[in-house]
Amino acid sequence: MSSPRYWRGIPQRYRLEAGKCKKCGKIYFPPRLICDECKSREFEKVNLPKEGKILTYTIIRVAPSQCTDQAPYAMGIVELSAGSTGKDGVKILSQIADCDFDKLEIGMPVRIEFRKIYQEGEAGIICYGYKCVPV
Amino acid sequence: MVGITGYGVYIPRHRIKVEEIAKVWGADAQAYKKGLFVEEKSVPGPDQDTITMSVEATFSALKRAQIDPKKIGAVYVGSESHPYAVKPSGTTVAEAIGACPDVHCADFEFACKAGSEAMFVCLGLVSSDSIEYGLAIGADTSQGAPGDALEYTAAAGAAAFIMGKDNIIAEAIDTYSYMTDTPDFWRREYQFYPRHASRFTGEPAYFKHILGAGKAMLEKVKMKPNDFQYAVFHQPNGKFPQRVGRLLGFEKKQIETGLLCPKLGNTYSGSSPMGLTAILDEAKPNDLIFMVSYGSGAGSDAFVWRVTERINQVRDSAVKTRDMLNNNKSYLEYGTYAKYRGKIRKGE
Amino acid sequence: MRDVAIIGVGMNKWGELWESSLRDIFTEAALLAIEDAEVDHIDSMYIGCMSSGLFVGQEHLSSLLTDYLGMGPIPATRVESACSSGGLALRTGLIDVASGMNDIVLVGGVEKMTDVSVHGATFALSTAADQEYEVYHGVTFPGLYALMARAHMHRYGTTRKQLAQVAVKNHYHGSMNPLAQYPQKITAEEVIESVMVADPLRILDCSPITDGAAAVILAPLDLAKKISKKPVVKIIGSGHATDTIALHSRKDLTEIKSTERAAKIAYEMASKSPEEIHLAEVHDCFTIAEICVIEALGFAEKGKGGPATEHGMTTLGGKIPVNTSGGLKSKGHPVGATGVAQAIEITKQLRGEAGERQVKNAKVGLTQNMGGSGGSSIVHIMEVV
Repeated sequence: MSSPRYWRGIPQRYRLEAGKCKKCGKIYFPPRLICDECKSREFEKVNLPKEGKILTYTIIRVAPSQCTDQAPYAMGIVELSAGSTGKDGVKILSQIADCDFDKLEIGMPVRIEFRKIYQEGEAGIICYGYKCVPV
Repeated sequence: MVGITGYGVYIPRHRIKVEEIAKVWGADAQAYKKGLFVEEKSVPGPDQDTITMSVEATFSALKRAQIDPKKIGAVYVGSESHPYAVKPSGTTVAEAIGACPDVHCADFEFACKAGSEAMFVCLGLVSSDSIEYGLAIGADTSQGAPGDALEYTAAAGAAAFIMGKDNIIAEAIDTYSYMTDTPDFWRREYQFYPRHASRFTGEPAYFKHILGAGKAMLEKVKMKPNDFQYAVFHQPNGKFPQRVGRLLGFEKKQIETGLLCPKLGNTYSGSSPMGLTAILDEAKPNDLIFMVSYGSGAGSDAFVWRVTERINQVRDSAVKTRDMLNNNKSYLEYGTYAKYRGKIRKGE
Repeated sequence: MRDVAIIGVGMNKWGELWESSLRDIFTEAALLAIEDAEVDHIDSMYIGCMSSGLFVGQEHLSSLLTDYLGMGPIPATRVESACSSGGLALRTGLIDVASGMNDIVLVGGVEKMTDVSVHGATFALSTAADQEYEVYHGVTFPGLYALMARAHMHRYGTTRKQLAQVAVKNHYHGSMNPLAQYPQKITAEEVIESVMVADPLRILDCSPITDGAAAVILAPLDLAKKISKKPVVKIIGSGHATDTIALHSRKDLTEIKSTERAAKIAYEMASKSPEEIHLAEVHDCFTIAEICVIEALGFAEKGKGGPATEHGMTTLGGKIPVNTSGGLKSKGHPVGATGVAQAIEITKQLRGEAGERQVKNAKVGLTQNMGGSGGSSIVHIMEVV
């Protein structure tokens, strides 16, 4: 990962900064330029909630090269809580850290933690971001 | 009045027992456990470092401080295991908690004293009204060389404190610092593991500085050990803080609440600051807390804290230190520990 | 729009082709197609290729491959849509002929995947997923399909054995295809006991890494009828649709909506229903994919793809044989070539040239090729005329 690419995503990777459509209220993570529902182009910044539940999961045994030191690791699609919006929560894909693989299940509550995602070898940048951990 | 408006702690879930390390090196586990008064230590996962633990500890501190992170004017991370040799930990922490860009950041390093010096500097900046709130962190993912005595204790953890003038939960009554040039423990540039001067780390180093700072602190505030409900000292092992406490005139019951080392290990810059968080989890309004850190090289920062009424409102707003220490643990075998800590030589 | 037909097909054996370069394997397949069509020239060429840049460090395939094909300085276009690059190349060639712009069009697909390490190939393939919000977090393609598999199993009760049955069936079909990379028959036990890659998917649930190319020749139907000595296979339907690149952005994690949409367009264009399809070549990059795809194509009800497979509906001799070529699983999956090779299998079947694996009375066939975790899909329907 090059520095500019990593840096550009910092608000999302560190703080789960999303875009909320000012017209219809739909939340986009990452933020977008146009709302696919109402076509509005005005958004406000919101940070996503840090709790959610697992919709599906897997355990990566054969990992990409930058993640081999962490393998095996669990990953899941997590629906973050919608709060009082009355809409579906935003879904994200992330690792599920600090879990016992045999206790993972669909519907399990998780929360976000700030973790190292990988590092560019011994001399490159360290890439941080969100992971989920069991509540 | 200046002091702590919020505090938080982070301890990774992984542990390794003294027996597991001793087994690999053919050492006498019982002797180590007795000699060091340590049973097990925390180990960071492969995705945890000083920065990640600092961020999580700060989120807990923010929950207790109940302030907008934008009001934090300084982020100081004290550690001897900053993930980068050159590139600040503080900016990543500040960015993650949403304190950027109107903030001052600096990384501190002073062996095991870097955390308390971050606290010391934040208190100074707050009391001079240079900043409204300051974030002081002591965090480490300490490394001990394989087979060295340090390997049995070098642990991982973080404590974060938000210093301010409003909504204080523990007032800083006074501070005192005591420094000399003492080469008892060091790590040269480009070296992976620190070196130490064995028994020289005791009397002329740890004990001299904590006693020096501690006695001067008591004189400065005109208090006696029995005025305090709690005392916490740097914890390179479980034994030294108990002995130094006795030498200063403190009793076991004043020390045991903040004594985390037997189950946590030595979290270096996190050590006495994390002990303080464990005390804040228990303390009652108006309790007095005596704290002396120690960092090799060498020096001690002493603090006298008085707990306020607000502690009862915010204590339960975030995870407590002993809960994080005692719950959800996962024990590692030495092989996995060695992998997690980057001790295995691998191919390209 | 003119009607368009396939008048020639060309493909060599796929596998780990250590001695052949990308240009060689493409040219071999293209020349076989030209010979099969018995044409003396081509007017334009489309090349489906996902990632020659990452796999062999070579872009600008339009120039390279026309240069080595020796058919003159014809216009050539590289088409990229991840693993559906081949299918999209076919659709692009179809549009070219249908529009009247060109008559004899070569559509080829190629991928040379074994010049990089396994990590290199994993990385190249992963570029079909969202780099910032999927791959960044350490997911792999087996991982993404495993997430779909887990959701499908949870919602519909699809079993581990039903997943395995997809692989067993396709290897059985592949055992009758002399061009398949892995023509070995396998058992469900072997699949279920093979090395875990991303729970619940194991190595034998995954398509392999393959070097290979495939090519077809398109012509206007009228011309095809005049010049072709073989049964003429008309492309009667073509559908193309996309979906979110990130799997987690989709409303339903058990459905492949892009395939459903592309199929709807193709069925309407062809005036056919799923019941009127005699056989299909579908994108079984992972066993779960075939189950989701046969549901999206309307061959099985939602959630019933597993039992349908288990009961032999999609096996040769069943109601609708799927992947008689061996599919991606057994025949191999040189990503850019796959979509074109699917059209070759259907053409051979409709011409009655499929030998041992021939589907009896096959008149109408369908191909479904998809990119990423279903971010793009192309469906074609063909009929022998």
